[in-house]
Amino acid sequence: MIKGTAEMPKLSARLRFIVGAMALALIVAVAAPVTAQQRNPDSSVNPTASSVREDQLLNDLDRISGRCTIPDQKACTIEQPAGRDWRHFHEVTLRWIGAISILGMLALLVIFYLVRGMVRLESGRSGRVLVRFSVFERLVHWMTAACFILLAISGLNITFGRPLLLPLIGPDAFTAWSQWAKYAHNYLSFPFTLGVFTIFLMWIAWNIPNRVDVEWMKRGGGIVGHDHPPADRFNAGQKMIYWIVVLGGTAVAVSGYILMFPFYGTNIAGMQVAQVVHGVAALLFVAVMLAHIYIGTIGMEGAFEGMWDGTVDVNWAKEHHRVWLEKEIVEGHVAAPPPKGKMQPAE
Amino acid sequence: MARMKFLCDADRCIECNACVTACKNEHEVPWGINRRRVVTINDGKPGERSVTMACMHCTDAPCAAVCPVNCFYTTADAVVLHSKDLCIGCGYCFYACPFGAPQYPKVGNFGSRGKMDKCTYCSGGPEPDGSLAEFEKYGTNRLAEGKLPLCAEMCSTKSLLAGDGEIIAQIYKERVVKRGYGSGAWGWKTAYRETIAS
Repeated sequence: MIKGTAEMPKLSARLRFIVGAMALALIVAVAAPVTAQQRNPDSSVNPTASSVREDQLLNDLDRISGRCTIPDQKACTIEQPAGRDWRHFHEVTLRWIGAISILGMLALLVIFYLVRGMVRLESGRSGRVLVRFSVFERLVHWMTAACFILLAISGLNITFGRPLLLPLIGPDAFTAWSQWAKYAHNYLSFPFTLGVFTIFLMWIAWNIPNRVDVEWMKRGGGIVGHDHPPADRFNAGQKMIYWIVVLGGTAVAVSGYILMFPFYGTNIAGMQVAQVVHGVAALLFVAVMLAHIYIGTIGMEGAFEGMWDGTVDVNWAKEHHRVWLEKEIVEGHVAAPPPKGKMQPAE
Repeated sequence: MARMKFLCDADRCIECNACVTACKNEHEVPWGINRRRVVTINDGKPGERSVTMACMHCTDAPCAAVCPVNCFYTTADAVVLHSKDLCIGCGYCFYACPFGAPQYPKVGNFGSRGKMDKCTYCSGGPEPDGSLAEFEKYGTNRLAEGKLPLCAEMCSTKSLLAGDGEIIAQIYKERVVKRGYGSGAWGWKTAYRETIAS
């Protein structure tokens, strides 16, 4: 009790101080708007002196947001002129990137084919084959490839369909086709992503750059002329394709899923960026894949069968993947040469 | 023909949300979609202003430019409309729109946003004027009946003006002169690339 009474004056002093401070704060708070109000020349109050201004808000933030009372809180952003910039990207920039990269690549490939022609098997076929890709590897490759082609066509339709295809088939047919193309684009993204991820795991062991690649690059891969620089299972060019598929595939998958799930961690500005990344990465990806398709089919004799039948001719392996062939022979994966003058089917 | 525009006099808007309610009721807009909304900026602070915003029916509309299937069209009154029969729900108009006007009945459900919905300036869609098909997809067609958009017609403070751009700009200018202030026609610079001196 004694202790308590001794503290009483202290407490009341503290209370008085708090009440006094609050009263002062109240006076200041009430007075503040009065001083903030500016007056017109005729001394009438100007109620807009401190009002928010559109120009200033847009300069500060590039968008205007506030509070709204409807459940959809995304609607609280009323103005974001950045859509105009995104429109220009979609209408002009992206179409130029696409036209230059894809038509440019096609032109390069046509010129290259006319000048160089098919890369022939210079030593002819040996008649002996060895396994290049397992059933599983081929399955993953073709699943990813089939998805990629359908995704590329349905994606190109979104950017180039309106100027190129719509005038030919009319609005109703074009909408019907585009609706299905959009569904295909969204759903095929799942097996495509799975394919890219499996490719990443399945072939990474053979796609780490090393000294053999430096030599291969220095000699231009033997693409021009008749040089055959040594290469392991994948040469430097194929390693580049591998990393483009892995990194480009990741970029289009991530940006694509952002677009497929609007407002999950993004806003309109974020989705505009995702669309820019998706569009540019996808168009460059298509251009690179055209070169991959070329060299895997009409560009090189004996290459397509490796991915289709799973086996390649020993002479093909000798010319294009010498290091790999030597390892396969050591590991006993290649049958011994047949006796002279007698052809034998390969194992 | 008139060049129809919206103009929100933010110095008059009292955030009653009658425009929002009128729009939803008139067109029987589905739950979750708001063709018009009122947003309060600097809420509770000195100088707060409320602005009602819907599709501004832009000059050279970005939505129409980016639409991959070309489902938008501009009427003789310069109203930007779209065909829900042609829309594929891709979301591009909604990336391009500066005013957040396009909305989808199924946002968040991947692959199927549904057909885009937005303010029609109370003038329906490509179906015959006043038909049931038009009402079900786009709501009523007041413009065809000679009436202006309901949101503006029933605005209690006449903050929201709808009508020919030159006429409503003139009304706004006269107000600004008479009362001596005005915070400008919100969105006009972005939508129409012009401002009203205030």
